[in-house]
Amino acid sequence: MRFYPGDFDALPAAAPEQMEDLVAAPPLWRILAQDARAVAAVVVVVLLIATALIGPILWPQDPARQWLSQVSSGPVEAREVAVIDDSRNWRPSITAVDRLQAVQATTTSVKLVWPSVSTALRYRVYRDTQEHGSGLGVPLAETTQAFYDDRLQLREQNYRYTVVPVSAAGDLPQHFALQVKPSLTIGLFEASLLGLNTQEGRVELPAHPLGTDSLGRDMLSRVIHGARTSMLVGLTAPILFIGIGAFYGALAGLLGGWIDNTLMRIADFVVALPFLLFMILFRVAMGIESGESGLFPMVLAMVLLSWPGAARLVRGQVLQLRGSAFVLSARMAGASNIYLIRRHLMPNVLPLLLVSLSFAIPQAIFTEALLSFIGMGVVPPTPSWGSLCNEGIRSMLSHPHELIVPAVAISIAVLSFNVLGDALSDAMDVQLRRGNR
Amino acid sequence: MIHYVLKRLGYGIVTIWFIATATFFAMHAVPGDPFNEAKAASPQLRENLMARYGLDKPVSEQYLIYIGNMLQGDFGISFTQENRRVNDIIREHFPVSAILGVAALLIAATGGILGGALAAYWQNRLPDRAMMIAVVFAISVPSFVIAALAQLAIVRVNDWLGISVLPVAGWGGISHIWVPALVLGLGTMAYLARLMRSSMLSVMQADYILTARAKGLSDWQIFRKHQLRNAMLPVVTELGPTIAAITTGGFVVELIFAIPGLGRYFVQAIQQLDYTVIMGTTVFYGAFLVLIVVLVDISYGLIDPRIRLHGANR
Repeated sequence: MRFYPGDFDALPAAAPEQMEDLVAAPPLWRILAQDARAVAAVVVVVLLIATALIGPILWPQDPARQWLSQVSSGPVEAREVAVIDDSRNWRPSITAVDRLQAVQATTTSVKLVWPSVSTALRYRVYRDTQEHGSGLGVPLAETTQAFYDDRLQLREQNYRYTVVPVSAAGDLPQHFALQVKPSLTIGLFEASLLGLNTQEGRVELPAHPLGTDSLGRDMLSRVIHGARTSMLVGLTAPILFIGIGAFYGALAGLLGGWIDNTLMRIADFVVALPFLLFMILFRVAMGIESGESGLFPMVLAMVLLSWPGAARLVRGQVLQLRGSAFVLSARMAGASNIYLIRRHLMPNVLPLLLVSLSFAIPQAIFTEALLSFIGMGVVPPTPSWGSLCNEGIRSMLSHPHELIVPAVAISIAVLSFNVLGDALSDAMDVQLRRGNR
Repeated sequence: MIHYVLKRLGYGIVTIWFIATATFFAMHAVPGDPFNEAKAASPQLRENLMARYGLDKPVSEQYLIYIGNMLQGDFGISFTQENRRVNDIIREHFPVSAILGVAALLIAATGGILGGALAAYWQNRLPDRAMMIAVVFAISVPSFVIAALAQLAIVRVNDWLGISVLPVAGWGGISHIWVPALVLGLGTMAYLARLMRSSMLSVMQADYILTARAKGLSDWQIFRKHQLRNAMLPVVTELGPTIAAITTGGFVVELIFAIPGLGRYFVQAIQQLDYTVIMGTTVFYGAFLVLIVVLVDISYGLIDPRIRLHGANR
C-alpha cells in the first residue's frame, strides 16, 4: 500500500531501459489509469457525486418523513403490516382470566388483562426491556381495574410486563408476569398522517436498509440528501476559491512590480485570519441567527478566506515560467501573450490546481461537517453529514448506527478525495521526472 | 538579524491591526442591534444600554475608541454576563485551552515522529501497514466523531471494570487531559507521522547510512543517532503551522468533553450574540496565532540563515 507522495522519493528511479523515457512524458491520465488506488478513488468519487445527483430519484423516500412505528430501528425490509384502529378507549370483553394475558400484542398497543385480587386496591404495571433483569423496569401506570392498555413507544422486541397488586398495607407479594414480543403494526392515526391507503386494513411499510433515526426518519434517504448538502459545499466552495485564487495569483504574477507586492500582501493578511473563527463570524455578520440554515454564507465565507493558497501557488508558477528559457525563446519567436498562456502557462499550472483542488475538497467537506456539527452550518431538518452526526451523537449509547452511518459517509468521501490527490501528485512526480530526462 | 526581527514584528502588528479592524466591521455589519425587545424592555432602558456600551456614537468614533481600548489591552464588558469583563473571561479560560493545546501538541509530536520513524524502519512490513492504516483513519474521520467514539469507549471500559478509570468529560485533574488531548492531536499526529515516514525513507537511502553500516554500527545505533536525528529536521520545521491548527481546532473537543476552555465560550458567545466577547476572543486568538507565527519565523531565521536573507529581500 503506497499512499504518500514522499514515498516515491525512496523508490529507485524508473529503469533506464524503458522506452518511454526516451519519448515525451505520458499524459497524466495514463499514469493515473495504471495506479489501482487512483482508479478506485475516482470510482468512489464518481459514485459519491452520482449519489448526490440522482440518489433521491433512485431512493425516493422523503428524508423528513417520520415512521413513528419504527423509531431508531436497525435495517428492516419492506413489510406489509396491519392497521390498528387505536382511536377508542379499550375495555376488555373477557375479564375472567387465571393469569396475566395479552389480549393484543402489537407495536400500536399491548392490551393486558389479569385476574383481579380481592385485597388489592389498585395495580401497578411495570415494563422492562431486559428479559432476565433484576428489577421490574419502568413503572407504566397505576390502575384500579384489572386491565391496562400500553401504548408507550412500543417496538418490535421482547418486553417483560409485571403487574403488582397494591393493598392498603402496601405491595402484595403476589405478582403477575408476562413476556411478550409485540408484532409490528401501524396505528390508524399514524397511517393516515403518512397518507397511506388504509382501506384494506393492511399497509406496506417501506424498507429502511440503514435503519431509522431517533425520530423514525429513513437513514438511507437522510444520508443521500446529506450527500447533496455536503457535496454542494465541498465542491462549489473549493472550485470557486481555487478559480478566484488562480486568477488573482496569475494577475499578480503577470503584472509584477508594486501591484504584485500589494496584491500578495493582501493575500498574506487574509491568510492570517483565524479560519474557523471568521467562518462563524461571517455567519453572524450576515445576520444568520442560530437555527437558520447558512449554506450560502458558509460557501461565501470559505471562498473569502481560502483563496490565497491557490493565488500563491499560481503566482509562484507564473514567476518561474516567466523567467524560464522556453517561454523566453517562444516570446522571441514572436508568440503572443494568449499563445503563451494557453501553450505554456495552462499546462503547467492546471495539474497543480487539480492537486490542490482534490486536497481542498475533503477539507471543505470537513469544515461543513464541523460547522453543522456545532450548529453553525446547516440546521435541521435539512440533513447534512455533519448535522446527522450531531443528531446521532445524542443517541450514540443506545443506537450507535445513527452516528456511524453519517460518520462513515464523511470518512469515505474525505478518504477518496485525499487518495485521489495523493495519486495525482505522485503521477505528476513521475511525469516531471520523465519529462526532465 | 535585528532588522529581520523588527521587520517580522512590525508585520505581525499590522496583521493584528488588520484582524481587529476586520472583526470590528464584520460585527458592525450585523443587521439590527444587540439590544432587542427581549433584552431591553423599554426605550429608555435601551437608550441607557446603548450609551453604556458606547453604541450611540458614530461608527468612526466607536472604531477609534475600540482601537484605543485594544491598545491598552481592554476588550470591554460582556453583553450577556454583565459583571464580567472580556479580559477576565480570557484570563480565566484561555489557560485551560492552552494546557489542552500544549498537551495535544506534545502527544502529536512524540507519537507522530516515533510512529513515522518506526513505520519507515519496518517499511512494508506489518507495523508499517498497521501504522499507515491508522494514519489514513485519523486523517479521514472527523475529530468530533473520534471524540464521541472515545467517550463511548471510556463509558464501556468504565462499565466493564466497574470503576471509573478515566472521566468521560469535564476538567480538573490530570486524568481529564489525556483523552481530549489525544483526540485533539490525532490529526496532527497522523500528518506528522506521514511526513516523518517519507523523510525517514529518504534518509535511509543516504550515503552516510551506508558508511555507518560499513563501520559496523548496530541497527539500533544507526536508527537512533543517524536516521532519527536527520529525518526529524524537516518535520520539526512543520511544527509551527500545526500549533495554529491545534489551538483553533480545540473548541469542538472542548464542546464535546465539556472543558471550560476559551473555544467553548466563543461558541457560546456566538449563540448568545455576545458582541464584545466575540470581538475580544477573535482578536485575542488572531493576535496569539500571529505571535506564534512571528516567533516561529524568527526562530527559523536563527536556525537557518538562508531564510533570514530571503525574508530580508522580500
